Amino acid sequence: MKYEAIVIGVSAGGLNALKTILPTLPHDFKIPVIIVQHEHASSDDFLAHYLNDRCMLTVIQADEKIKISSGNVYLAPPNYHLLVEDDKTFSLSIDEHVNYARPSIDVLFETASEAYGNKLIGIILTGANSDGSIGLKEIKKRGGLTIVQEPSKAEVATMPSAAISATQVDYILPLEEIGPFLCKLEENL
Amino acid sequence: MDENIENQNIEITLLLEAIYLKYGYDFRDYAKSSIKRRVMRFMSLSRTNTISEIQHKLIYDKDFFKRFLLDFSIHVTEMFRDPSFYKIIKEKVIPLLRPLPFIKIWHAGCSTGEEVYSMAILLKEENLYEKTRIYATDFNESVINKAKEGIYPLDKMKDYSYNYQKAGGTSDFELYYTSSYEFVLMKKFLKENIVFADHNLATDSIFGEMNMIICRNVLIYFNKNLQNKVIKLFRDSLCEGGFLCLGTKESLIFSKYVNEFEEFASKEKIYLYKGSHYR
Repeated sequence: MKYEAIVIGVSAGGLNALKTILPTLPHDFKIPVIIVQHEHASSDDFLAHYLNDRCMLTVIQADEKIKISSGNVYLAPPNYHLLVEDDKTFSLSIDEHVNYARPSIDVLFETASEAYGNKLIGIILTGANSDGSIGLKEIKKRGGLTIVQEPSKAEVATMPSAAISATQVDYILPLEEIGPFLCKLEENL
Repeated sequence: MDENIENQNIEITLLLEAIYLKYGYDFRDYAKSSIKRRVMRFMSLSRTNTISEIQHKLIYDKDFFKRFLLDFSIHVTEMFRDPSFYKIIKEKVIPLLRPLPFIKIWHAGCSTGEEVYSMAILLKEENLYEKTRIYATDFNESVINKAKEGIYPLDKMKDYSYNYQKAGGTSDFELYYTSSYEFVLMKKFLKENIVFADHNLATDSIFGEMNMIICRNVLIYFNKNLQNKVIKLFRDSLCEGGFLCLGTKESLIFSKYVNEFEEFASKEKIYLYKGSHYR
């Protein structure tokens, strides 16, 4: 199988973006999805429940040490960095903020890229800062597939624009096309 | 795997081995991904070019190692982190501690002390502080000294005050510190029953018989092997009916000792130690 994981980074406007993409993925979608959504430090697990109610896949907050497996969408817990270990399990940390964020998209993307190499898909969606740009660049460098939401149609263009200027990304797609695109990729695996 | 990553991983393994052999600090069973991020960060801060160069310098230069250790051991914390945790302590744990003649609390991996002072404040407001001793430990001496000083940036106090209110604080948060310029100093009466000490969870042994052990957001940095070792240490240091408090995203589920504990507050990750007859 070519791709073994999808990482998604999203900030301002994320709720709408995620609820557009994730429900289009079928229940037997083989690639696990791992998401950093910037949230306020005191947020609870509302987002996971909200998305889980609307998706065919299981949406849960990532716990440390669990094995990343298909059928699941993992969300980084608020106020923790989410990291991927070489053995494809999660770690969490409360190290300093990166790009003013914890969880930081770069932290997830960089560690996932080390663990999955060219078997990783990285996606940057709407957001008001530039977190994720460095991570997406790493993914590309290691031969992974990079996708960015088309900035002109994004709720907030800053983050996708930053990602595009940092990396020669593979695909720039409008929000509605990202889900179907992933399905097509997965079918051809 | 990418050859470059493979080489770096070898260098990191050797680095951790060198630290252990030379200085006795054991990071070999820490979760690899955050260790690696810290090493990489230290590499750019210390203007070294390779991990092997860090290793070489660490062995021959004690001060360089001290800098490295400091960077390794500060994990960002805050006062009344996860206010609901303190609220549950206040509402459910305190009533069970109140009848005890003397209360011993071990705060393991207390870092710069913010959460230790939070607990002292809570106990003060419950009129239990006078008969409590808090042992606040961390493996790094300079971090422990910072905790002992109790000096924190003034600009954090607004957030801390908000946490304090949400945690069910009954007084005025400003009564617990004095401020000067951009810093605040925690008041002396909060420090009276706190013993700050150097203790390394990875290499040191049992600490004493405790009524409550608080170790939040420390185990997430360890691999399963070290987690089990530390949980055993906690179990051996708790008296029957004692409490073990972990971080919100930590649990005993994967631990060998899960059956010896009972979930006391599941969301806040507070466990009750049932006693040695459950082994």
